[in-house]
Amino acid sequence: MAEYLRQYLTPEWLAYVVAALVHAFLLVNLLAVSALVFIWLERKVSGRIQDRLGPTRIGGKFGWLQTLADAIKLVTKEDLMPADADRMLFLLAPYAGFVASYLGFLALPFADGWVAVRLNVAVFFIAAVLGLEVFGVILAGYGSGSKWSLFGAMREAAQVVSYEVPLGMCIVIPVLIAGTMDLVTIGQMQEGWFTQWFVLHDPFTFIAFWVYFTCATASVNRAPFDLAEAESELVAGFHTEYSGFRWSVFFLSEYGSMFAVSGLAAILFFGGWNGPLPVTHWLGLADSTNPFLHYLGNFLGMLNFVAKCIFGVTFMMWVRWTLPRLRIDQVMTTCLKYCTPISAAMFLGAILWTYFIPGGLIVPNNDGVVREGQMIVGSYPPADEAAQSDADAPPASVARAGVEGN
Amino acid sequence: MDPINWSSVFFWLFSTVACVFAVGVVLSNNIVRMAFYLILSLGATAGLFFLAGADFVGAMQLMIYVGGTLVLLIFGVMLTAKGPFITMKTSAGEWLLAAVVGGSLLAVLIAAATSVGAWQQPHERPNTAQVTATPLGMALLGARVDKLEESDATQRRGMSGYLLPFEIVSVHLLVVLIGSAYLARPKRRVSGPSETPAPTVSAPDR
Repeated sequence: MAEYLRQYLTPEWLAYVVAALVHAFLLVNLLAVSALVFIWLERKVSGRIQDRLGPTRIGGKFGWLQTLADAIKLVTKEDLMPADADRMLFLLAPYAGFVASYLGFLALPFADGWVAVRLNVAVFFIAAVLGLEVFGVILAGYGSGSKWSLFGAMREAAQVVSYEVPLGMCIVIPVLIAGTMDLVTIGQMQEGWFTQWFVLHDPFTFIAFWVYFTCATASVNRAPFDLAEAESELVAGFHTEYSGFRWSVFFLSEYGSMFAVSGLAAILFFGGWNGPLPVTHWLGLADSTNPFLHYLGNFLGMLNFVAKCIFGVTFMMWVRWTLPRLRIDQVMTTCLKYCTPISAAMFLGAILWTYFIPGGLIVPNNDGVVREGQMIVGSYPPADEAAQSDADAPPASVARAGVEGN
Repeated sequence: MDPINWSSVFFWLFSTVACVFAVGVVLSNNIVRMAFYLILSLGATAGLFFLAGADFVGAMQLMIYVGGTLVLLIFGVMLTAKGPFITMKTSAGEWLLAAVVGGSLLAVLIAAATSVGAWQQPHERPNTAQVTATPLGMALLGARVDKLEESDATQRRGMSGYLLPFEIVSVHLLVVLIGSAYLARPKRRVSGPSETPAPTVSAPDR
């Protein structure tokens, strides 16, 4: 895009700045608009579950402008700060959380190749960045100078640090099957029918997905794991002292990271932008050389991806309004006594499965195509490199011997 | 007008942020603010790694150092907090000692950095996709796949990889884990059953 703009904008550096701003603008708006929709959806879902209607009046039939009205109310509210607060940390904390939540989207692909930055280690990057979101909560809790806030922040810290262990283990399982940490390649590997999705790859990944979802719910601080804001005990937890715009930034980052973990789940386990049926392939859109048709195929893929994300977020809402909040010791028990051992066992099981049944049990899992940046144990170097360097020593057998010798 | 070298722009940006907040860590008195500055400084260093194309190291930096500082912050507050905001006073002797150690390390690093001839001129690298993570992982499993790309036959030898150090570190971590689990375990009373049964008395926020 920068190359395209360079033809039109006279100072050359302006083209790069504009291109960067457009990308950032798109991503920020994705976060903001999705939060707008999700907050409305949350009200409707909670209303449905509690046998009431939810918002009905503002903006016509379904109250779909309710969030906008809330936003206007929040922006016009007075921005209060406690006298005891650490001024700088109190002011910066909401944005620290938001930045971490936003950074995750930089490496999240929305369709084949539709990604802001294609990283070789995208999975790892997103996991690292999402772990930093707790930082905003801790700073808010500490900077407020209030005991409720500090209690909430400490609970959140203990919870997130613990849940990163099983979460990381569950993320590793699809990475292990794919042989790469590049999310675009992982998505490409699950092309075709829904049987290609990693969640149906073997029984271990199926269970791993549920463990992942539990831990992801905990790591984004959603009920039943929302101890940091347990309103029955801690007033409102870490954001007790916040009001107005800063308070709404916390919500923006909460819904943003819900979207991010759902998107990560969609790519790692549910085929990313590939629908349950390979419709774009039947229509010839995905493989088309025509740029418009290819764009259309990618657009349909993006709709698929966003639909899966929305489904994931809705699932989290359903869980929130169904289950009661856990106590802190129950939260820790769930993590350390259940999630961690289960995810470790699933990890081992997935390794053994891919080792002994590499082709899959019922439907073939791997089409044998080695994609860009992908490396499966025993198959190094990728096919194109092997073709280039066949004059050298036979590298594939060397690599295989080196691995299996251990 | 010359085209702007964006790599240089971002290099200066990240390095300025890293240096400014590193100074902030030293000069601040408040532990939590120190940790905040440290996180910004380390985050900017991660940005430098991403700029250099070392995605894996950059993500590692975020995960281990920035995330680790977070844990440090929590325990710093939990273990040392007496009042609402903790301040640390640094004595003149500590300043002197820190200045000598830090200054001599800085001098050594600057001397080393300026003495390498290849680093004198900026290099433009071909903008290719950097595959960093997979060869590293393979090397930890014992297969040095990066050596296959060496043109010289003698340099392709030695495929041993880093399996032994990896295993040693893993066993070391296992020992640490078992030790911490032993230390954190609730102490059982050995006296008779007349006493109240000891419930789990470990800290609830563990």
